Order: sequence, then structure tokens, then C-alpha cells
Amino acid sequence: MFSFVIKRMLMILPTLFGVSVIAFGLIRLVPGDPVLMMIGERGASPEAYAQMKANLGLDKPILVQYGKFVSHAIQLDFGTSIISRRPVIEEFTSRFPATLELGLFSSFFAILIGIPVGILAAIRRNTWVDYSVMGASLIGYSMPIFWWGLILILFFSIHLGITPVSGRIAMEYDIPSVTGFLLIDTWLIPGAAFAEKWQAFVSSVRHLALPTIALGTIPLATIARMTRSSMLEVLGEDYIRTAKAKGLSRPRIVWIHALKNALVPVVTIIGLILGSIVTGAILTETLFSWPGIGKWLIQSVTSRDYPVIQAGILITSVMIIFVNMLVDLAYAWVNPRMRIKT
Amino acid sequence: MNTTFWQGLKQNRGAVIGLVLITVFAFLAIFAGLIAPYDPSEIFEKSLRLKPFWQNQEALQSPHLGVSHLLGTDDVGRDVLSRLLYGARVSLGIGTLVVLLSASFGTVIGLISGYYGGTVDAVIMRLVDIRMALPSVLLAIVVVTILGPGLSSTIIAVSTASMPSFIRLVRASVLAEKSKQYVQASQTFGASAFRQMFITILPNCAAPLIVQSTLGFSDGILDAAALGFLGLGAQPPTPEWGTMLADSRAFIESDPWLVTLPGLCILFVVLAFNLFGDGLRDALDPRLKRGQ
Repeated sequence: MFSFVIKRMLMILPTLFGVSVIAFGLIRLVPGDPVLMMIGERGASPEAYAQMKANLGLDKPILVQYGKFVSHAIQLDFGTSIISRRPVIEEFTSRFPATLELGLFSSFFAILIGIPVGILAAIRRNTWVDYSVMGASLIGYSMPIFWWGLILILFFSIHLGITPVSGRIAMEYDIPSVTGFLLIDTWLIPGAAFAEKWQAFVSSVRHLALPTIALGTIPLATIARMTRSSMLEVLGEDYIRTAKAKGLSRPRIVWIHALKNALVPVVTIIGLILGSIVTGAILTETLFSWPGIGKWLIQSVTSRDYPVIQAGILITSVMIIFVNMLVDLAYAWVNPRMRIKT
Repeated sequence: MNTTFWQGLKQNRGAVIGLVLITVFAFLAIFAGLIAPYDPSEIFEKSLRLKPFWQNQEALQSPHLGVSHLLGTDDVGRDVLSRLLYGARVSLGIGTLVVLLSASFGTVIGLISGYYGGTVDAVIMRLVDIRMALPSVLLAIVVVTILGPGLSSTIIAVSTASMPSFIRLVRASVLAEKSKQYVQASQTFGASAFRQMFITILPNCAAPLIVQSTLGFSDGILDAAALGFLGLGAQPPTPEWGTMLADSRAFIESDPWLVTLPGLCILFVVLAFNLFGDGLRDALDPRLKRGQ
């Protein structure tokens, strides 16, 4: 196991190098002069030009530039945003909890519904339960989530009027950020009565509901399908037949004997759904005006805020690389056969 | 293989429905110019946001008006039906190009990676890892930042995003086939590396490749529509479904069909390819079918 851990950790080095080159090269591959593009063609005094060039680090030889870029990135220094003129890392950390909260809740939503539903479909195989679960998950899997979000808004917000259309919490609340998670921070409002905290909490839950469903739908469908096929495979194994022959009850076989092994490949889904969560978060945040990383990134593309784009791409991909590594390690831990492969 | 394959496919109701839907959409896309009542960018100033026929009592009573804009008009007075029909052309066109590009490049790279192994393989696999660390929208952000938004950026971004699944698939099949006797035999007869890769080994990887290509269509169309929605893909006035959806978001309360119709089109096309792809996989891989 130890050598596997070392090997797997070394494997991320070339990947980290690759994404850093992409983030670094981005600004240099833009056609035209990025400096002029950012300060605007008209009022570019030579001083402003030189300062912007230095700010972007474009006034040194390319290898020096790359070295600087990496050493700054390691110290979480990504320069200042062209639009807000604040350090990029500050902007990032103020928005990240919103995305994390949404991502975590969608993942819980997908896992807590997806796994039981997948098991149900497997044990009721070829019945209407199985067919409707598989049908629904196929539709969920094919769903354009930006449209699904709008349909949810249309039904729950406009038709029924029970959920808000956008944002994280009602305008009247100004919640001081402690953890960054509004579901927790609403309980930590200094000097507030219980009733007020409760109302703020309910407001944040109502804001979170639709984005969670929209973002969680595709992962939910993926997890349900995967759990079903994994469960079916395990239920066909010899040891399950032995358990049946021993006269064990069916629930015991399914929930105690089969489930443990069926869930092993499902561990990998965390890695698999991560990509769709990131892509989905960008769409969901844009749709629901959720003040997170995704919306910020899309805005920065529109406004050509290069330092933000660079940082957003680098930080997100580095996080994906690390999470995938952890998933692989967890998989190798629960399934020793994996350690020999790769 | 052929008879059992077709029988298996015909027995799979989902696959048949998928294939029928794909055929219908392809037909509409190809003949959009003949079927569509208007040009997709033609503007009717006097009929802005006209309701579709089932909500338009006036139109139902006067057959002439009902026929003139069957699915209503959008916020600048363009015929929605015509835009949806031309949108099928855009979406299926993107899907086709994306699959052609990613499947052909992915196959060649996968063949090389699996056949030669060693350093070549290691380098290619690390490049695949780098791509995997950038989900499709992030990759699109990179491409759009460099090339600017538009259909060509969309196609480049989405093709690059879907290439790794082809590379991995072909590489895995090549690794499985390489050590088999027929490949060794062809080597004994002096077949060149090129011949071995493309003529000896490739046909035996065809089944998973066909399945992946079908599923590649649905992923490609979905991703391209998402980029259109974010404003990174096709630009207005291109009648692209995702862009149409984004443009009419402001009218979701007053004219919900403007949002509903393009979304339904995306859902049905993607669903069709997924249904057909799943059916193909079951028909081509009897082992999986029995497992189901």
C-alpha cells in the first residue's frame, strides 16, 4: 500500500505541471496585446502600459515569468483582479464557500437518493420499479441542467411561489461570514434571537433547494445507474448463492452481504461526478445568480479579467487533481486488488 | 454477428425509439431549409412574442394566423418553429463534427499509445490526465479566452474534452488484442506497424468505438448547448438551442414556452442518442446483455 501511495502521489506531478503551463500560457496565447486589451486602446499612457505589463508579469523572459508564476501560485498570490482591483485570492476565498456549500449539498442529495434507489432497482430487477428508476435516470442523465433549473424555477418559484428565484439568502439578511456556509453562519449571528436565526436559516435553505436539485440531478442519475449494475453483479456471485443456500433471509443477504461489496466501485463515482459537479456548478450558479466561483469565472471571461481566469482554472484543476488522487487512494484502501494494477 | 446484432437491437425498445428519434431529427436538420416556414433570422416587427397555437385562442379560430407562426415568435419577432428547425441543424452539425474529430484523433492516439507502449504511452496518458483535470466548461473557458466565443471555439473545446474517452477506450482494446495470436501471426508475416495498427487490430476495437461515438454525440450536443447558454458558444443570432434559451430567460414568467421549447429539443436529442447508444452496447456486447 505504501509504495502505491507514493507512486500515485508522484503521478500527479506531471499533471500539476501541465495545468500550470495551461494557466500560464493562457494570457500569452491571447491574440493581440493583452496589456492593451485590458487597459483599453484609447487612454493608454506609457506609464500605465508599463505598470500593467509589470502587473501581469509580461516584462521578463518567458522562463523567468513561468518560474515567478509558479512560485507566486504556491504562495497563493495570483495578482489583482483587473475589474475589482482586489487580490484575486481574496475574491476567490470570499466566493469559494458558496460553491462548496452548493457542491456538497448536491453531492449529498445525489448520494442519499441515488444509492438506495439503485439498490431498489437491482433487487426489484425487471419489474416496474426497475424500469421506472432506469427510465427516470436515463432522462436525468440526458438533462440539460440549465434548462432543468429554469423548469424548476417555473414550477416552484413562479407557479407555486415557494422558492426564491436567485441568490443565497433574502436581501434583508446581512450574515457575517464565520464559516462561509450560510446554513451554519445563520446560527452564529451575534446578538440575534432564536426566531431571527431560525428565519434566516429557513431563508437560506429555501434559496439552496432548487440549485441543489438542479446540480444534483445528473450525479444522482449516474449514481443510481452505477449502484444498480454493481449490485446486480455482486448478487450474481457465488458467495451470495452460498448465503442463500445457508438459508439467510433476503434482506440480510442484500443489506449485509451484498451491499458492502457493491459499494466498492461506487467509491469511484465521487471522482467521476466531480467533473460534472464543477461544470454543473458553473451553469447552476449562472442560472440562479449564486455568488460562487462559477459565476465569477464566467463574468471574468466576459470582462477579460485574465488574472481571475488564470487563477480560477489553476485552483479548480488542482483541486480536481487532488480529489481524484484521494479517491484513488481510498479505492485502493478498500479494494486491495487495485494496488497491484497501474 | 450481424443477424444476432440486429435482432438484439430490434428487441431493445429503447434503442428503436432512440433510432427513430435520431432519424426524425436528422431529417428535420437536413431539410430545415424546405420545412421551415421562414428564415430563422427574419424579423416580424408586428408580432413580438406571439403565443404558440395551443395558447392562442385567436389563432385557433382563424386558421390563417395559426398557420403563420405555429410555435409563436420570440422577443424580437422571429418565428420560433423556424429557429428550432435550423437549431437542429446547428446542434446535430456540432455533434457530428465533434464525434468525427474526437473519434478520429482519439482512435489514432489511442492506437499509438497502446501499440507502442513505454514512454510514448506514458506521455500520452499524462496528457490525458491533464485534460481530465479540466472539465469541459473549464476547457471551453481556456479556448474561448484565446479564440473568442463562437461555434468554432465550441467545436474545438468539446472535441478536445471528449477525446480522452476515445483514447482510453482504444488503448485498452489494443492492449487486450496485442498479445493475441492473430496479431503475432501478422507480425511473423512481416506486417508493418501501420498495417498492424489500422488493419489488423483496429477492426477488432470497432464495437466499443461505435458505442462511444453514439454516446459522444449526446455529450457533445449537451456540452455545446451549455456553452451557448453561458454565452461562450454560438453567438446570437445563430439559432442554437442553448443560446435561444439564454436569450429568452428574461421572459420565463410571461412567455414560458420560449424557454421550454428549445430545452425540450435538447433533452429529446440527447435522450435519443443515449437510448440508442445503450441499446447498441447491449446488442454488441452479449456479455453485458446477459448481465442485465
